[in-house]
Amino acid sequence: MAGYQEEVNMKKSVLLGAMAFAGLAAGAASAGTLDDVKARGKLNCGVTVGLVGFAAPNANGEWEGFDVAVCRAVAAAVLGDSTAVEFVPTTGKTRFTALASGEIDMLARNTTWTFSRDVDLKFEFTGVNYYDGQGFMVPKDLGVSSAKELDGATVCIQTGTTTELNLADFFRSNNISYEPVPIETNAEAQQQYLAGACDVYTTDASGLAATRATFDDPGAHVLLPEIISKEPLGPLVRHGDNEWGDVVRWTLNALVSAEELGITSANLSEMSAGTENPEINRLLGSEGTLGEMLGLDATWAQKAIASQGNYGEIFAKNIGEDTPVGLARGLNAQWTEGGLLYAPPFR
Amino acid sequence: MSTLTDPPKEQFRLSMLLYDTRYRSGTIQVIAMFGFMLLAAWLINNTLSNLAALGKPIDFGFFSEPAGYDINQRLLEYTSRDSHLRAALMGLLNTLVVAFLGCITATILGVIIGVLRLSSNWLVARLMAVYVELFRNVPVLLWIVFVMAILIETLPAPRAFRGENPEATMSLADSVAVTNRGVYIPEPLFSRSLGDAHLFGESSLRFDVSLDLMAILVVLGLSLFASIKIRQRADRIQEATGDRPATWHVRTAVVVVPMAILLAVLGFYLGYPELKGFNFKGGTHLRNSLIALWLALSLYTAAFIAEIVRAGIMAISKGQTEAAEALGLRSNKIMSLVVLPQALRVIIPPLISNYLNLTKNSSLAIAVGYMDITGTLGGITMNQTGRELECVLLLMLVYLAISLTISGIMNWYNEAVKLKER
Repeated sequence: MAGYQEEVNMKKSVLLGAMAFAGLAAGAASAGTLDDVKARGKLNCGVTVGLVGFAAPNANGEWEGFDVAVCRAVAAAVLGDSTAVEFVPTTGKTRFTALASGEIDMLARNTTWTFSRDVDLKFEFTGVNYYDGQGFMVPKDLGVSSAKELDGATVCIQTGTTTELNLADFFRSNNISYEPVPIETNAEAQQQYLAGACDVYTTDASGLAATRATFDDPGAHVLLPEIISKEPLGPLVRHGDNEWGDVVRWTLNALVSAEELGITSANLSEMSAGTENPEINRLLGSEGTLGEMLGLDATWAQKAIASQGNYGEIFAKNIGEDTPVGLARGLNAQWTEGGLLYAPPFR
Repeated sequence: MSTLTDPPKEQFRLSMLLYDTRYRSGTIQVIAMFGFMLLAAWLINNTLSNLAALGKPIDFGFFSEPAGYDINQRLLEYTSRDSHLRAALMGLLNTLVVAFLGCITATILGVIIGVLRLSSNWLVARLMAVYVELFRNVPVLLWIVFVMAILIETLPAPRAFRGENPEATMSLADSVAVTNRGVYIPEPLFSRSLGDAHLFGESSLRFDVSLDLMAILVVLGLSLFASIKIRQRADRIQEATGDRPATWHVRTAVVVVPMAILLAVLGFYLGYPELKGFNFKGGTHLRNSLIALWLALSLYTAAFIAEIVRAGIMAISKGQTEAAEALGLRSNKIMSLVVLPQALRVIIPPLISNYLNLTKNSSLAIAVGYMDITGTLGGITMNQTGRELECVLLLMLVYLAISLTISGIMNWYNEAVKLKER
């Protein structure tokens, strides 16, 4: 919990720094995260401790995944280097403390945007990078075809998540009983589920698909048709630092807009030189001063897109239908394609 | 007439506070104390003002909000609509349960292992030494996770009990089901139950007391009291006449007969676990998480207690044992009548700190998903409400209170058994 203390008006002291609650209090509310990140030359980005497709270290120990790509894009936009990211693995329980204490600059950890997290926990969600919902996974041979048949089942659930609350509400409102088995990380849940210590594993449907992809025999497990909640997942930052919030928000929007406008990593350099479309020009910095307004240089969006490609490319590479995770775009298609992705205009 | 002159009165000057050795240490202490209080005040003020700047002033109002989450092991009635306070209470009870069970088994195991380690049997003594070194030199978290992994991976799932030729069957005449979700044992039930007494109405602290249990405890208490009276009477007769009347059959009857009558009146029977749907229903469910935590904490702490017991026994001079041998006592009698009562005086003080360690180590419960106070108040409640400081402070207070209570009880016991110097 030792917070990264950037409080200027506060005298630093090794003794006090060691005290956890001082750290908790001191790092909070520090304005100027953008300046801090620039000065440090590194972005501290909170991710999950390991969920294939969203954030997990690969064979070379490099983090990759859908959420990781957001961190890298922000690092590229701010620092011009998509590798200048310190990934901080967080669990469902530790993530908010890590962000509130200033240990991380932003959290990209399939975190659901809810009222109380936004308002009461004092965070700022900077958009949605994945529209999700809570689902259930069961072994095929259990013969269950609907979540309403799960009366009396033992359910593995990651603790400290919205899914925990949804689950309680779902079973309550359907007047059926269950036995919750609270679990700290996805890996432990997988172990218990595969050993049959729980009948059902529930989390966001995307997480279930990603987990199932790592099983020896993914075909032996089915996702039940019920989606019991809305889980808009997105990156978030601390409340009260609007400049930094804007940087993260518009980096995400840049990735989404890039897909909508047809900017890909393949044609990026060609388009950066200038096109007929003024919105592309404004986004990529050949026209207007959008970068300057954000406190970044003019080519910030170019760099962000160059790091991992546009939203569609990131999706396809990490969790798309050609990957083991195999998620369809569904709600996460562009609004022009019948999905919900709708980036505000760059103007 | 004589003149009395007072000795010149020494004038107190301010500089004496520093230069007079009589006052100097006091001065330094006052200044240090003042400095310390300033530091504490600065820390508290800094925390409060930063929290206020963040828009999160200290506020315990969240306690009355509905918790919204379910807890699997609940000793009292609880639903997800109950308040965070009640959820914390469930966690507190779970902490106390595992700490209580753990302290008892750790003590029993520890005493046995400590005594056996001093055994003259080379193999037994060496095995116990291996046990002690193995358990106390590996972090307890690893033991907890290890025990849990064994339980999950090696035991059969409830599914395996199903079908014509099930892979697994229930043990002890179909009364106990050992699964990888926990152990289901028969539970005592009453067909003519007296019902429950509801205490504290509808508040967060409400709880039900089983009147059956109360009746059993009352009868048991009265029986034991009668039994003690009979023994005392036998003692008196023995002192007066030298003959001790045989009382064991009366004393047994005094305890057993009223209890048997009471149980028959209440309609006592055992409820056996039965496979229904996804899980076993009926019976008492000892969850994996409880068993793993309990077992690992007991085995780990037992290793420390064994060493304390060994040290205590070795602190008793060999002359005592030899004297007892000379009196013709057998070796197990020497241990229980001569050595252990004296060794207790050496054993108890370090034993207290081991009980405290076990209790505090139980906060590792979340590693196996056991919903103790750290898992509820310091875990889900903290996470859902975002009141880190309030929750952590309360958590510290709770553990402090539990620890002080344990050491209070143990210190009282220590007073009772320690060497009385007259």
